Amino acid sequence: MVLQARNISKSFPGVKALDGVHLSVERGSVHAIVGVNGAGKSTLMRIFIGLTEPDDGEILLDGIPVRIRNPHDAAKKGIAMVHQELMPFPDLTVAENMFMGHEPLSWMPGWVDRRRMYRQAGRLLDELGVSLSPRQKMHALRLSEMQVVEIAKSLTYQARVIIMDEPTSALSRHEVERLFGIIRDLRRRHLAVIYVSHRLEETLQIADRVTILRDGRHVVTCDRAELDEDKIIRAMVGGEFRAFGRTAQRRCGDVLLSVERLSRPPRFQDVSFQVRRGEVLGVTGLMGAGKTELLSAISGLTPADSGRIIVRGQPVMVRRPAQAIRHGIAMVTEDRKTYGLVLGMSLKHNVTLSALRRYCRGPMIDRHRENAAADHSIRLLRIQASNRDQRVDQLSGGNQQKVVFAQSLLTEPDILILDEPTRGIDVAAKAQIYEIIARLAAEGKAIILASSELPEVLTLSDRILILREGRVVAERRPAETSQEDLLRLAMPR
Amino acid sequence: MNARFSLRRYGLVVALGVICVALAIAKPQVLSAQYALTLLRQISINGILAVGVTFVLLTGGVDLSLGSVVALAGVVAATFAHPGDHMLIVPIVAGIVAGLLCGTVNGGVVTKGRVAPFIATLGMMTAARGLAYIISQGRPVSNLRDDFTGLASGDLFGIPIPVVILAVVAALCAVFLGRMRWGRYLYATGGNETAARASGINVHGVKLLAYGVCGALAGLAGVIQAARSTTGQPNAGLMYELDAIAAAVIGGTSLSGGVGGVGGTLLGALLMGIISSSLDMWNVSSYYQQVIKGMIIVGAVWLDQRGRR
Repeated sequence: MVLQARNISKSFPGVKALDGVHLSVERGSVHAIVGVNGAGKSTLMRIFIGLTEPDDGEILLDGIPVRIRNPHDAAKKGIAMVHQELMPFPDLTVAENMFMGHEPLSWMPGWVDRRRMYRQAGRLLDELGVSLSPRQKMHALRLSEMQVVEIAKSLTYQARVIIMDEPTSALSRHEVERLFGIIRDLRRRHLAVIYVSHRLEETLQIADRVTILRDGRHVVTCDRAELDEDKIIRAMVGGEFRAFGRTAQRRCGDVLLSVERLSRPPRFQDVSFQVRRGEVLGVTGLMGAGKTELLSAISGLTPADSGRIIVRGQPVMVRRPAQAIRHGIAMVTEDRKTYGLVLGMSLKHNVTLSALRRYCRGPMIDRHRENAAADHSIRLLRIQASNRDQRVDQLSGGNQQKVVFAQSLLTEPDILILDEPTRGIDVAAKAQIYEIIARLAAEGKAIILASSELPEVLTLSDRILILREGRVVAERRPAETSQEDLLRLAMPR
Repeated sequence: MNARFSLRRYGLVVALGVICVALAIAKPQVLSAQYALTLLRQISINGILAVGVTFVLLTGGVDLSLGSVVALAGVVAATFAHPGDHMLIVPIVAGIVAGLLCGTVNGGVVTKGRVAPFIATLGMMTAARGLAYIISQGRPVSNLRDDFTGLASGDLFGIPIPVVILAVVAALCAVFLGRMRWGRYLYATGGNETAARASGINVHGVKLLAYGVCGALAGLAGVIQAARSTTGQPNAGLMYELDAIAAAVIGGTSLSGGVGGVGGTLLGALLMGIISSSLDMWNVSSYYQQVIKGMIIVGAVWLDQRGRR
C-alpha cells in the first residue's frame, strides 16, 4: 500500500467537498476514481498533490502519516500529477521542461549539466517507448506527446504515485492506446497510477480497482471485474431521484428565442433549439461539453462563428454583450469573480452596472433611483448584506451569486440565461435561487438553465437538452428520464 | 469612489495635518493666505496633470507622455500667442486640442492596437517631444502677448488664475467620476475589465475617453506652463509625468485600476507640494529632496497596499 487516505474531510465556505473519504492505492496498480462533477474527485487530488490540506483525516505514504504542504513537497515525496490542462513551457525544450526546477547540476555552482540532462531525458523517453527528441521545443509537440513528456517528468522526480486527471479527453483512439501502453508499463515498474476519468468504457479497460465518490463521500471501492458501466453509473448517481417540489405543468407561450445551427468549432457545433415564454430549458452535459461556450455565444460575450439567433421572430446580431442586453437577453455567468462582479465596488454599484442607463437623468446618475433599484433587488432576492454600499467581496458566495442575478434582472430581460447558477453555494441559498427561477418562469420569462448538476436540472426544467462534446445529442422531459439516463447520454463514447 | 471609506485616505489627511502643524510651528510665516496661495499656485500645474492621469490610472493604464505633451501644447499655444495675432481663446484652445489629439492617439493605440499602455505612451512621450522641437524649430517660442502670460501670473478676485483653473477642472472631473454614468464605467473597467465588458460596457470607448481627457488636461497644463515661463519651451515638462503619477498614487489611486478619485489625487498633490516647500524653507538641497520624494512615493504605496490586504 503506497498511498492511503483515511477519513479525509474538507470543507469550503458553505460546501462540504469531502466527508470521511477513504482510499488505498497499491503499488503496481491502476486505481480509477469516478464520480460526477462536484463529487469530490478534484478536491481529493488537490490534497494529494499538496495544493490544499484536509480539515480532517490523514494521508499515509508507505504506512507513515505525512503532511503534504505544497506541490513541491508532494513531488519530493513521490506524488506527481498529470493535469487535464497541461501547462508546459512552450519555448523551452522537452528536456528543459522535464527537469524544470531540478536540473542535473555540473561541478560549477549554478551551472546546469546540459549533456547529462539531455541524456537522461532521452533515456526516459526511450523507456516509455516514445520516439521524441528531448531537444524539440515543447510548442512543436502534439497534445498527446506533451502528455507523455509530463509523465516522463513525473518519473524524473522518482514518482511512486502518478495521478492522471482526465488524460484521454483530448486524445484520439490511437493516442489513447499508446497512453494505455505507457500506463501498463508504469504498472509493471511498480508505480501506482490514480486514474480520474469520466470515460467509463476506457476506465474499465485500464483500471484494476475502481473507487466511486458521490457528494464528497466514498461510495464503494472494488475490483474492476465486479463492475460494469451500469453499476458504476448507478453508484455515481445514487438511487432513484424523484423530482419534487415541481408545480403543475407550466403554461408556455410563444417562442421567444430560436437558435439555428449555432457553431463555434471545436467548442460546439450545429446547435439548434427553441425556448418559449415561461419555459425553463435545461442544458446539461459534462464539464467541457460546451455549455458555457454555447451560452456565451447567445449572450454576446464570445460570438459564434456561424448560425442564427432569432429573437421574437427576428434574426438578430448578438456580437457584443450590449447588443444582447438590448435584445432582452441577459446572462448570469458561471464564473462570477471574472465575468460577473467588480469585486472592489459596492453591492449597489455592481447591481446597477448593466442597467445604469435606466437610473440616469441625462448623463448624470440619479442617486435616488439607483438606491431604489438596489434596495428592490436586495428585497427581491433576499440578499444578505449590512447595507447596499457594502463591498461585494465581503459577501458570501451565495449572496455574490444573487448580486450577479440581480444585475441581470435589472436589465429587464425576456430571455434569461443561467450558467451553473448554484455553483459553490450553500443549500439554503440554492433553495432560494430555485424559487426565484420558478417565479421568473411563472412571470413569463424564457429561461435557459445550464447545469452539470443533474438533480437541479431535473427539478427546474420543462425540457432538457443533453450536450456531449459540443453537440446536442438528445432532448428529454424530466418525467421521462432519470439522472442515470442523463449521465449516460452525457458521457463520451 | 471606494465603497469603503478608506482608512488610508484618513491616514493621508492625518499625515498632511501633522506636516502642516509641524511646519506652522517651525516657520510661523506660513500661516498666511499669501503662503497658501503661493503653494497652491506652485502645485496647480502638477495638480491638473495629476487629475488627468487619475482617469487613465483608474482604467488600469498609465500615461508616460504627460511631460512631452505639456511641452508640445506649450509650443503650439505659444505659436498662436504672439501679440496682435489672434484672440486669446485661440492659443488656449490650440494647446488643449494638441493635448487632446495626443491623448486620443494614445487611447487608440491602447484599445484598437492592443499595445500595452506603458509602451504606447512611451512612444508618444518620445514622439511628442520630437514634434515640440520640430514645431519650435529647436528654439523657445517667445514674444508672447501679455494677456496670455497673465494666465499664469494673474489673479481672479485675489486667487491666482492657475489655481482657479485647477479648482474648476477638479470640480468638473470629480462630478464626472462620482456622479456620471461614464465615470462609473471608468471605475468598472479598471476594477474588472472582463466583467465590465460582460455587463455591456463599451470598454474601448471608456479607455479612449480616459486617455483623451488626460491628454486634453495635459494640453491645458502645457498652456499654463508656457504662460508661466513666458515662452513655449520644447524642453518643458521634463519628468512631469512622474510627479503627476506620484501625486495620484499617494492620493490613493491604485496602479491596477478601479480605485482612486479626484479628492485623493488633490491631497496627494498638496502633500507633495507642502513637503517640497518645507524642504525648500529648510534649505534642503534639491538633490536630497529628490531622494526624500522617492522614499515618500514608495512609502505611500506600500502603506496603501498593506491596507488593502
